[in-house]
Amino acid sequence: MNAFSYSRASDPQAAVNGVAANPKAKFLGGGTNLVDLMKMGVEQPEQLVDINRLALTKVEELPDNGGVRIGALVRNSDLAEHQLITSRYPVLSEALLSGASPQLRNLATTGGNLLQRTRCYYFYDPAFPMCNKRNPGSGCGALEGYNRIHAILGQSDQCIATHPSDMCVAMAALDAVVRVQGPQGERTIPFAEFHRLPGATPNVETNLQPNELITAVDLPAIPFATRSHYLKVRDRASYAFALVSVAAALEMDGDKIKSARIALGGVAHKPWRASKAEQALAGKKAGENSFRGAAEAELAGAKGYTFNSFKIELAKRAITQALTTVARMA
Amino acid sequence: MPDEVDSKAPDPPSSPSLDPLDELFVFGSVETRRRFLKQVAGTSAALTLGPHLIALSGLEAANVTSSNNPIKMADVQLKINGLVHKLRLDPRTSLLDLLRENLHLTGSKKGCDHGQCGACTVLLNGRRVNSCLVLAITLEGDEITTIEGLAKGDELHPMQAAFVEHDGFQCGYCTPGQICSAIACVQEGHARDDAQIREWMSGNLCRCGAYPNIVDAIKDARGKMRAVTS
Repeated sequence: MNAFSYSRASDPQAAVNGVAANPKAKFLGGGTNLVDLMKMGVEQPEQLVDINRLALTKVEELPDNGGVRIGALVRNSDLAEHQLITSRYPVLSEALLSGASPQLRNLATTGGNLLQRTRCYYFYDPAFPMCNKRNPGSGCGALEGYNRIHAILGQSDQCIATHPSDMCVAMAALDAVVRVQGPQGERTIPFAEFHRLPGATPNVETNLQPNELITAVDLPAIPFATRSHYLKVRDRASYAFALVSVAAALEMDGDKIKSARIALGGVAHKPWRASKAEQALAGKKAGENSFRGAAEAELAGAKGYTFNSFKIELAKRAITQALTTVARMA
Repeated sequence: MPDEVDSKAPDPPSSPSLDPLDELFVFGSVETRRRFLKQVAGTSAALTLGPHLIALSGLEAANVTSSNNPIKMADVQLKINGLVHKLRLDPRTSLLDLLRENLHLTGSKKGCDHGQCGACTVLLNGRRVNSCLVLAITLEGDEITTIEGLAKGDELHPMQAAFVEHDGFQCGYCTPGQICSAIACVQEGHARDDAQIREWMSGNLCRCGAYPNIVDAIKDARGKMRAVTS
């Protein structure tokens, strides 16, 4: 690991100022991804600004609209079992508990989870010379390489990496809003605009500025989110990244679907909001035919590679199954 | 008041020859490590060194002359198994390396060093964490409990006794992490039945496959831990 200097921030503005003063400084939260990447030599910050003591640890009701605000330093384990989340947004709780291990969830923070880097083998190991994320312009080792865990939607010829988070898939379905603080003050970023598709700049993964600190994630009030589910398909029964995952919620009017919220994990460079599937479901009768039709619509533009084409059919089936589960909920 | 132990390492030399890759006092102090490397160099012992160490010594040779950026050490006080340690650390030191290499608490094991195997699991303020991914410098004021801190004198913690009773291990390498994790699993209320125990212990891998006995041990200790705490 490269040497770095260390400081501990006493308040969010001090943290922002500390990172703003050094382009090679980074915030240190739970460290479950950053410290690992530093050991690998993928991340080489000159300075770490420790934000673990900041008072961003609350989960609270938003006063005006019935939504919930999650502090950026709320640990994944605490968020997953918080009564406001289990009662109002069970899909988020399920997503969190399907990710990592209890030990890692005790460390990992809400803000840090948003900033997880991809688990693409070619990105994670600097022994591979080609990676447009690590070294822009060097090429993509996964395109012609072993690409079993890679993207089938929204990828580019520069990068076919996937976003590894489960939490973010649920938040994408829930229309979360990310609150950030920078040198110029605070602003909010709608969840759909937080992460980016790779395009020609896969090294730029979010629309967060390097000197901006995530302070909270807001979940809007979605009464029907109590009727929601997270389905994760993976190589092991527990403690593995998603091959494909689905966050789904349904607003029903009798046996008709009033509106649907669907997001996919493991298939794209960002948590993938399945808008086409949602549109296909509006006004339809709930059932396997409509669910499968919606899944077909969403995956129509999918593209597989040598080792990951199975994900296209897997995603269709996972969408169908997740919606079936939600539709059966009382 | 807990006892205080002054475990400060000597100040690093300020000469430009200090190697920034002399990380974590791999063999205690920088000097001890250098001496060790010198001793093994050119002997058959070098052949038995793992690739990690060989890589380190190679890097050291490559960097000794070029470095003009000495490590800035940091002072920190950590409470481990009830004892307060005053330490001077390279900021890169993980909690796991601090425990094993500086404090010689070698119960916590280094399996993968990347948060994937759980062998390094310790309790941080009563919660289980992977000590390999926590920088020790961040833990000022926190309470750390390792496998060495569980027994009361000669009396094993109920979870330790249950692992012995149920043969919850074969080679034993993952066991300290399994036991720390299992204690937290019970305290969290995630040891209701076999399925729940398996899910909530999935962060601790056992390559010998002692899982059925580990589950039995946890179910046994679950009741005894309640008896102890109530």
